[in-house]
Amino acid sequence: MTTNAIRKLTPKPPLLEVSGLCKSYGGQIGCRDVSFAIRPGEVLGIVGESGSGKSTLLACLSGRLAPDAGTISYDMKDRGPVDILTLSEPERRRLARTDWGIVHQNPRDGLRLDVSAGGNIGERPMAIGARHYGNIRAEAQDWLQKVEIDLARTDHRPRTFSGGMQQRLQIARNLVTRPRLVFMDEPTGGLDVSVQARLLDLLRGLVRELGIAVIIVTHDLAVVRLLADRLMVMQRGRVIEQGLTDQVLDDPHHPYTQLLVSSVLQV
Amino acid sequence: MSAGTTTIHSDTGYNFAYLDEQTKRMIRRSLLKALSIPGYQVPFGGREMPLAYGWGTGGIQVTASVIGPDDRLKVIDQGADDTTNAVSIRRFFQTVTDVTVTESTEDATIIQTRHRIPEIPLKEGQVLVYQVPQPEPLQKIEPRETETRKMHAYAEYGAMRVTLYEDVAHFGRIAKTYDYPAVINGRHLMSPSPIPKFDNPKMEMNPAIQLFGAGREKRIYAVPPYTSVRSLDFDDHPFEVQTWKGCCALCGSTVSYLDEVITDDKGSRMFVCSDTDFCNTRQAKAAAQPKTAGEQS
Amino acid sequence: MTIRLHAKGLTKTFTLHTQGGIVLPVFDNIDLTVSPGECVCLHGPSGAGKSTLLRSLYANYKPDEGQILVEHMGEPLDLLAAEPWEVVEIRRSTIGYVSQFLRVIPRIGARDVVAEPAIANGMPADEAVAKAQELLSRLRIPERLWSLAPATFSGGEQQRVNIARGFIVDYPVLLLDEPTASLDAANRATVVDLINEAKSRGGAIVGIFHDEEVREAVADRLFAIGNQPAAMAVPAAAVAEVCS
Repeated sequence: MTTNAIRKLTPKPPLLEVSGLCKSYGGQIGCRDVSFAIRPGEVLGIVGESGSGKSTLLACLSGRLAPDAGTISYDMKDRGPVDILTLSEPERRRLARTDWGIVHQNPRDGLRLDVSAGGNIGERPMAIGARHYGNIRAEAQDWLQKVEIDLARTDHRPRTFSGGMQQRLQIARNLVTRPRLVFMDEPTGGLDVSVQARLLDLLRGLVRELGIAVIIVTHDLAVVRLLADRLMVMQRGRVIEQGLTDQVLDDPHHPYTQLLVSSVLQV
Repeated sequence: MSAGTTTIHSDTGYNFAYLDEQTKRMIRRSLLKALSIPGYQVPFGGREMPLAYGWGTGGIQVTASVIGPDDRLKVIDQGADDTTNAVSIRRFFQTVTDVTVTESTEDATIIQTRHRIPEIPLKEGQVLVYQVPQPEPLQKIEPRETETRKMHAYAEYGAMRVTLYEDVAHFGRIAKTYDYPAVINGRHLMSPSPIPKFDNPKMEMNPAIQLFGAGREKRIYAVPPYTSVRSLDFDDHPFEVQTWKGCCALCGSTVSYLDEVITDDKGSRMFVCSDTDFCNTRQAKAAAQPKTAGEQS
Repeated sequence: MTIRLHAKGLTKTFTLHTQGGIVLPVFDNIDLTVSPGECVCLHGPSGAGKSTLLRSLYANYKPDEGQILVEHMGEPLDLLAAEPWEVVEIRRSTIGYVSQFLRVIPRIGARDVVAEPAIANGMPADEAVAKAQELLSRLRIPERLWSLAPATFSGGEQQRVNIARGFIVDYPVLLLDEPTASLDAANRATVVDLINEAKSRGGAIVGIFHDEEVREAVADRLFAIGNQPAAMAVPAAAVAEVCS
């Protein structure tokens, strides 16, 4: 090895590239000057305390909230990189239910509680043109198995499911169209620890198997430790530290990150 | 349907057809818009009518806006001309317009209906006015109107199929038997009002003008003549209409929509046409040709 | 002479912002080269910064200055200047790291924990599982435990699962943080064998070995660390303790 010619690896083109994203609510800052890129198959964790701008950022990225400034470029399957803020609303909605997934903290926001588990999973395929009941159902059951829900529950409504099952169903409902990018907002929030572990393990397996890029917002450092390759730490709307997950967690540089890491209770 | 009169009705002191002319014009504009965008729900400034919501106030306002002195009005409720709702609406229009009323589908120029489409095929020049209790087919699956409007705007009808999926999953078939959603002109999803799905195919390429009025929800929509009306279904569970084993106990029809009528306290029952005009006409014809009269006593 | 790993001018301090901004220097201007087939033992008193250096070589800690050059797919890359995704790639195929403690993943059986890095490097799953089983039996993990998640294993068993996981891929560079700390003599001997096998196929190894016997058996040379007067290893856990 010669030390003169140091190379860089050829990067895969970014799937999502964000630059200079700002959003405020009146005088209140949501997020300020956020820039980053995420590549296919990468898992990016965003941590920070409540009010740090994580959820605002996620809402802007997933097209649910219009930022005040900045660009969000997404590498669309058929068109290449496009600033999603310039997409028309129907285009953005279509993107959100085919090539993207959104897993909400509260399954009530992401599921139809009065529609059977099978119907919940079948909705996305039907929305993009599936017209054969037998095929739709077979695909739904395939996904129920993947997220470890008993097939006997196919026709049951998620209202009767436990919190963990609801969350797994929400994941299946999103992944059925094989999205390339999934946004997750505190996916393990409000679940028992044992249920969390199962969900995390399932997510980890699916993300690796399918090569999905994930942006996961959480305040739980254990969750990002397990799932995320990379980490962004947010405070008062700004990204104050970012890098490899284990590097940021084991050798935090910013005062706030040090405080965050040191505040985790050991078991 | 020329409603070009401004005369105050002599007996009642009301304007012709009850509504004032400005209101009629406003509703007619909504109707024209509705006809231009088949299946699209046009909001309109619905007026208070001298009937309670749920008694056909939407249909009455539409009829009042299109009716003229030369029209012949037929009003049916569940296919019958002699049920309470039909009788009171017919009487209302007799009072405020003096138009000719008829029970004959063929003679009528305007037919206001609740829950049925007449069995006798409609013709060009006829207007069918539906009373609509709930105009939004997506309402059960998506309660937010801001969202349903977008779903219509972008033709996002995947969620509607979820309701059909639920039927097949729970009952093995699409169990919805009335108010069966249909896509109009290949574009807008529409609630056909609570008519039996038996009547859905009659809407397809119908020569008559079909107008829908929802009084409580203040929405008007329409299917222009000769417009495609496709009922939602699955490839492996195609749309089907109801069928009956027997025939009408009164006229012997095997092609009409039959109502089950309980005839005594012992549970005896019979099936008869829901469309009374259709049934009576057939019975009259049969009586004129005694040889073919079947089981009539 | 070829060099697999070259650390140049590495300097590392910890700044404890939550402790009034105390700056703790750990090491300064370190140069370390490791050749294929060579095993370098980091040597120094407890708290000298051996673990910190080892973690820095894995990019787990971020030195303040310097370069860490590694040969990745035949190309020299600077680990400290690399993008996070590049580090992930380099770690997947070029640098292996056996930490002192296994980071247990819930619900994944020992066999799959071990096989995972091999599968990530493109080995067919059945082949990877077979190799994982071979390593687990060499390290005397009873077969009845293979399908169980290591969370309930003893400390020594967890450490052996961790070692198997580190050795299943033939990493060109392998970092070992006290791999034999809680092992009995027989398993220590197995680990020595594994290290020597890795050396013989050209692996460049950097390790911390407190056990003198093991050190004698594997180390080609010692790299002394801990000459700075104020040097002190401050792992994150320690930061956490100080701060709380």
